[in-house]
Amino acid sequence: MKFDDEPLVPGHPLPIRPGHSSPGRLERVLRAGAFAVTAEISPPDSADPNEVYERASLFDGYVDAINATDGSGAHCHMSSVGMCSLLTRRGYAMVMQVSARDRNRIAIQGDVLGAAAMGVYNILCLTGDGVEVGDHPEAKPVFDVDSMSMLNMIRGMRDDGQFLSGRKLTSPPKVFLGAAANPFAPPLDYRPLRLAKKLAAGAQFVQTQYCFDMDIFRNFMAAVRDAGTHEKVYILAGVGPLASARSAEWIRSNVPGVHIPDAVINRLKGADDQREEGVRICVDMINEIREIEGVHGIHIMAFRQERRVGEIVERSGLLGDREVWRPRHDWDELARSEDGIV
Amino acid sequence: MYRMRSWSVRNARWLKRVYAGVEAVLVPLDPLLRRIGYERLDKPFAAVERMTKGVLLDSQNCGQCIVGFTGLACPMNCPKRLRNGPCGGVRPDGSCEVKPDMTCVWVLAWEGNKRFRENGYPIQTVQPAVDNRLIGKSAWLREVRHRAELKRGSAREV
Repeated sequence: MKFDDEPLVPGHPLPIRPGHSSPGRLERVLRAGAFAVTAEISPPDSADPNEVYERASLFDGYVDAINATDGSGAHCHMSSVGMCSLLTRRGYAMVMQVSARDRNRIAIQGDVLGAAAMGVYNILCLTGDGVEVGDHPEAKPVFDVDSMSMLNMIRGMRDDGQFLSGRKLTSPPKVFLGAAANPFAPPLDYRPLRLAKKLAAGAQFVQTQYCFDMDIFRNFMAAVRDAGTHEKVYILAGVGPLASARSAEWIRSNVPGVHIPDAVINRLKGADDQREEGVRICVDMINEIREIEGVHGIHIMAFRQERRVGEIVERSGLLGDREVWRPRHDWDELARSEDGIV
Repeated sequence: MYRMRSWSVRNARWLKRVYAGVEAVLVPLDPLLRRIGYERLDKPFAAVERMTKGVLLDSQNCGQCIVGFTGLACPMNCPKRLRNGPCGGVRPDGSCEVKPDMTCVWVLAWEGNKRFRENGYPIQTVQPAVDNRLIGKSAWLREVRHRAELKRGSAREV
């Protein structure tokens, strides 16, 4: 979605409208009532900025904001702060994920200020996977705060203009606050209440875990609607293409919190081209999710299949006739013409 | 130990009353406690707490007890030290993501909350991050001192 007050310089803030928390595009899109699309970028195991730009360009014209993951699955990659710093320079709307696993309250608050200064206007507060599932199981898990106290802490920075310690900020971070929700993990009957608690702690939007089980998701959303929570927090449902039945089975038993019903795995098994079927399932899921009242958008997590995000958005007609922001195309020439100094 | 934990959660309702009773008995003793000195009493009180709550609730003695909110499941048994509810990694059978042999602390906490049979669920109160300075100290004395100060009007509600 383009706005008439879009800044000329990429990455500069939009004016903050009355009632809005951030100068970011994602909040604008959601508050305008559009069905938002976000996607997850996988950070490289590299110090090369071009790898980051290339990965982000796959989403150009298809998404409203990009999530930069923070050591997802407790594996080490380029930091979410680093990813966001690079991409905000080109004007991308970033959702910076912050995991409580790796940093204490001092580090997190510092990162929030730094990120907001770099033009990051959306922060997603996560607890994070345990170090045991990652590539450094011997690492010290921090967990100084949890996702809930992190939300509360950053809201305090933004709204009260102070650190958790009470020390004043001279300029608070204007961020739109997000959290994760997993409607598919026990205790299922508590999950809608947990969403309400995240709202109380400061969440303005949530992105859910992969939705593969529509029955559970519908029940969850029904309880959310009964409580009226969907009117106070934007809910983006998580989806993604599965590469094959084998990988789906692997994910189910090895990635914490992902619930994939047998029916989905059998559908993959029965297909001639499993990778293609994975995309078809994803498009079907999106179409089912859009029918559910109270869902405000889709969050696409196409791990190792980022190239197919555009196709998924197109085939599901997610954007309708809405045109989303995209970076200027002449950036590379511009960078070259000025000896790369931009 | 796990068996004791789930027993406590099953009996959350009356155990919470007993727990509140202990604090209620201690609050009027504030003048005496003050004369002896709260700091001096911290070690013996913490030792008693470690024994009683340790056995009954598998308490990890964070010194800022919130079991009244968690259905009597000590949240410090959560490997991620969560104080505000279950993470998204709870396994389909309700066991912990990090320690598969253990039932998720927050699955128990939710069970306990339902057994409280109170208006609303205490688990919904947003808890602040742990004050690491209090770990190992007496939570009872801290609470009693705070309540007594409130009564005297020398502390503000937090």
